[in-house]
Amino acid sequence: MSKKDSRLQIDKDGEITRISFLDRNILEEANIQQIGDEIAQIIDQSPNPRLLINFAQVEHLSSAALGTLITINNKIRQKGGQLRLSNIDPQIYEVFVITKLNKLFQIHENLEQALKSFK
Amino acid sequence: MGRPRVYTMVIASRLSAITQVVEAVMARAEPYHYGENARFAIRLALDEGLSNAIRHGNRNNPRKSVTVRYSVNEQRVRVSICDEGPGFTPGAVPDCTLEENLCRPGGRGVMLMKAYMTSVRFNAAGNCVTLVKKRKPAAPAARRPRGGR
Repeated sequence: MSKKDSRLQIDKDGEITRISFLDRNILEEANIQQIGDEIAQIIDQSPNPRLLINFAQVEHLSSAALGTLITINNKIRQKGGQLRLSNIDPQIYEVFVITKLNKLFQIHENLEQALKSFK
Repeated sequence: MGRPRVYTMVIASRLSAITQVVEAVMARAEPYHYGENARFAIRLALDEGLSNAIRHGNRNNPRKSVTVRYSVNEQRVRVSICDEGPGFTPGAVPDCTLEENLCRPGGRGVMLMKAYMTSVRFNAAGNCVTLVKKRKPAAPAARRPRGGR
């Protein structure tokens, strides 16, 4: 499912919401804000949010995008939910390693592993 | 070989203007065939530097401008980004990799620039940053083993 003007592809897989980015570059502030708002809505609507964010299309992202991911993670934690990231390109994964955010997020190589990891 | 030509772009403080600067620099670098990792690094650092100048330096005030000077040659890409803000002290930015700061949404831009570029220098006022990415020297050709066939 992809709403008109949405920057995300959103699918439900049982209790898990799978989110993919439609953009290859997550750099522009306005887009990042929109992505953050869309995901925040999903979190707000769920009593126990379980989100899997798929980075398969993503080639570039900025520190502002990382900031939005952290905010999303904080919101999910506040509600006792779970967040998983998957299919991160090696160059992008390096950004997570440099910033040590690979320690904050649960990152999985592929969707299957990420889906299995939900408790 | 003379000094490389220095190009100048002046943009209004709108985040939407970042793309045109990044693309202009990348287009000048293209004939020199910088590797994929270098191109990734330059794009990322430019985006961070320009975003900092617009958001933190000029506080998104479109009447204030950001001046970008860049030059490219075979050996390196150099870009300076100057805003009209009062500047900041890069050393005062909290270390975002400390465990207690991992959940803070901001403060990773300068760190990423430093991680990905060969050098990142701020002027004394802290409102002008110069980013340099040097081409990695090619790996030396493998020696032919003595007596090998």
